[in-house]
Amino acid sequence: MQFTFSEEETLLQQSVSGFLASHAGSAAIRKAMEDDGAGYDPALWRATMDEMGLGGIALPPRHGGAEMGQVGLAIVMMEMGRVLLPSPYFSSVGMAAQAIALAGTDAQQDALLPGIVSGETIAAMAWRGTGRGQAPAARLDDGLRLTGAAGFVPFGHAADLLVVAAQRDGGGIALAALPADMPGIAVERHVSMDLTRPLSTVRFDNVALLQEHVLGSGGDASAALARTLDLARIALAAEQAGGAEAVLDLTVAYTKDRVQFGRPIGSFQALKHRMADMMVEVETARTAAYYSACIVDEGSDELEEAAAIAASYCSEAFMDCAGNAIQLHGGIGFTWEHDAHLYFKRARADAVLLDDAASQRERIAGMIGLERAA
Amino acid sequence: MRTGFTPEQEEFRVEVAGWLDEQLSGPFAAIRNLSSMSAMIPERRAWETALGEAGWSAIGWPEQYGGRGANIAEQVIFAEEYARAGAPGRIGHIGVTLAGPTLIHFGSEEQKRRFLPPILKGEELWAQGYSEPNAGSDLSNIRTKARLDDGPNGPEWVIEGQKIWTSLAQHAQWIFVLCRTEEGSVGPKGLSFLLVPLDQPGVTLRPIRQMTGDAEFNETFFDGARTAAANVVGQPGEGWKVAMGLLSHERGASSLAIQMTFRNELQKVIDAANANGAAQDPLIRQRIATAHAGLKLMRFNALRTLSKGDNEMLSREAFIHKIYWGTWHKKLGELAMDVMGAPGLIAPGPDYAFDVLPHLYLYTRSETIHGGTNQIQRNIIAERGLGLPREPRG
Ligand SMILES: Cc1cc2nc3c(=O)[nH]c(=O)nc-3n(C[C@H](O)[C@H](O)[C@H](O)COP(=O)(O)OP(=O)(O)OC[C@H]3O[C@@H](n4cnc5c(N)ncnc54)[C@H](O)[C@@H]3O)c2cc1C
Repeated sequence: MQFTFSEEETLLQQSVSGFLASHAGSAAIRKAMEDDGAGYDPALWRATMDEMGLGGIALPPRHGGAEMGQVGLAIVMMEMGRVLLPSPYFSSVGMAAQAIALAGTDAQQDALLPGIVSGETIAAMAWRGTGRGQAPAARLDDGLRLTGAAGFVPFGHAADLLVVAAQRDGGGIALAALPADMPGIAVERHVSMDLTRPLSTVRFDNVALLQEHVLGSGGDASAALARTLDLARIALAAEQAGGAEAVLDLTVAYTKDRVQFGRPIGSFQALKHRMADMMVEVETARTAAYYSACIVDEGSDELEEAAAIAASYCSEAFMDCAGNAIQLHGGIGFTWEHDAHLYFKRARADAVLLDDAASQRERIAGMIGLERAA
Repeated sequence: MRTGFTPEQEEFRVEVAGWLDEQLSGPFAAIRNLSSMSAMIPERRAWETALGEAGWSAIGWPEQYGGRGANIAEQVIFAEEYARAGAPGRIGHIGVTLAGPTLIHFGSEEQKRRFLPPILKGEELWAQGYSEPNAGSDLSNIRTKARLDDGPNGPEWVIEGQKIWTSLAQHAQWIFVLCRTEEGSVGPKGLSFLLVPLDQPGVTLRPIRQMTGDAEFNETFFDGARTAAANVVGQPGEGWKVAMGLLSHERGASSLAIQMTFRNELQKVIDAANANGAAQDPLIRQRIATAHAGLKLMRFNALRTLSKGDNEMLSREAFIHKIYWGTWHKKLGELAMDVMGAPGLIAPGPDYAFDVLPHLYLYTRSETIHGGTNQIQRNIIAERGLGLPREPRG
């Protein structure tokens, strides 16, 4: 039991936070987000992957990884979450790479992962339909033809490689990794509420897959998909904890500075107490992110529970802190110019991307033996 | 970073669990799974003695004072197994968790040798004499006074004044009293931390009935009460430092010890919901799931703080434990009542004494008040955790 950073983890945290502090300030974030271009800064992308080597943080050396596990990934996501880095990192490394590592054969992993690790390949995960639900809506028929659409694909427009979840005609789920430029694939980039993580719809019009595109050796990939989504929830929880912390920091700094009624507004107890409650949430969110990541690395059978706990807690903590931040800033908090809304929007997007907090709690209810009518 | 325990630590867990089970299914079976804090006092004192004699009373204390010098992981394991085994709430907890650590940290060698062993064996129970009618959240407003006087037994402190809300004083032999020893001093200056025997003519207790119907706390009157001049912890006038030192040593261990108890209570709520059909209600399901998640996170919050080495600066999350567990537990009480519905309103017998869950509902109203109210916790978090401006004083 040593629920605190190792030396290596401390170094990772310091180097990522230092790197982002000098390269990903508010102006840089806004430039990437408001550009009509990629939606992220390609040079910075190469630096995070190449120079910093963050692409393989959780993967074994065989794929060029650093083998720092899910805790390593959590550390990176927390720092990126703090600055709201617009980057395909989460979709490529936090989702697609995990799916390939979980579902792919050795040969598929060897073929696909090194490119993701180095950042040369940007991958994105296309798993859910275009409606409210989370279930895959694309279909794969027995002749390996893929049809249908996947919604809310983060950085789908930037992806070279798509990891697609589809219902198999014969039942079960298939996970397939396809080049995004295959004939019959159309990617539509949307204007997303959270401009720092643009979402796309990907349409599959009778796309002819080869057997080698289908991850694994033919069985049902439902379990691998479920595991991928849980790992993604755990990674996203770290981002949410980082975002919540950063938006609290902004608020504390502002309320110490801003004077009304002849005193800093941060001396009013109504505000102090609200920020104290935010701090309780921020620290607990951080705990949730680390604990769930540890559970993954320890191979514990509590992974599903930890994912559901981290996702439900951190989603709401981030939304609550970001909402409070706007309120405590007053009018300036409602402007486009101030960063508060960027956190508010990311918090909302994070909270629905991988199923909402209530659904995660319903999962927990099942796990702890709350009975349901037959 | 890891949450799991080593094989040696797991062995320790087995040893602890084995000893507890042997005792609680043998000589102490009658007090296993006891929920009330005020029932079966003689049996529980015997239990304290058994714990002390077997060296399990306060395993984190240094060996020379009867502890085992156990590291944090072992203390965590012990606390978890203690509650898992259904061992009763420690009637000696004020001595074990407050008086003892204060003496270990600030007491003289003489005081440690005199007072620590009887705490460990439950031979002497303690009460905490901080709060007064006019010194609650604003604790430094204490008015109880003590002065040195040459008595027939040598120099003694003579104490005048009143404490209130003194928990379990009716069962205790000693009380630590924070009182004013410098004439004319105000606020935190001029206070001393005195150790005072309760069984003497100068001390009068008047029990106060609580909203639960029990009377665990008291008014404590000092009317020429006496204690030896040597029974001051730290220097005279340094009482505030001694009293507060304790608070800054809180590392979340207290919330760990109660968590298994919370877990048992939550399980009762789940069982009740399954039994009466409340488990079908989607809102109830959501709230129970929230409680479960909140309890898990409480444990890991505490482990984060506890994992810091003894010499490391505590980071700000150390400030959140009290408000977190107090609030969680109060909400569990509310949830329990919502799960039970109207049947939760009926006492099982002729007395104003409720079953575990309705009692929990009533009792937990105190937990966001004692030991620093939630509002005071928020002030502390805001000022010390976030560096916001301090409260103006009137
Ligand atoms: C069950 C129980 C057991 C106890 N056991 C003991 C014991 O063994 N020994 C002992 O010494 N004491 C004990 N106490 C006393 C306890 O510590 C005090 O009740 C507590 O510190 C609050 O003080 P008070 O009751 O005087 O309330 P007050 O301080 O009068 O507070 C009243 C209200 O005002 C709020 N308030 C006060 N100051 C501020 C501020 N600056 N900012 C915002 N809000 C504020 C409080 O939060 C509270 O809501 C016990 C209390 C209870 C309920």
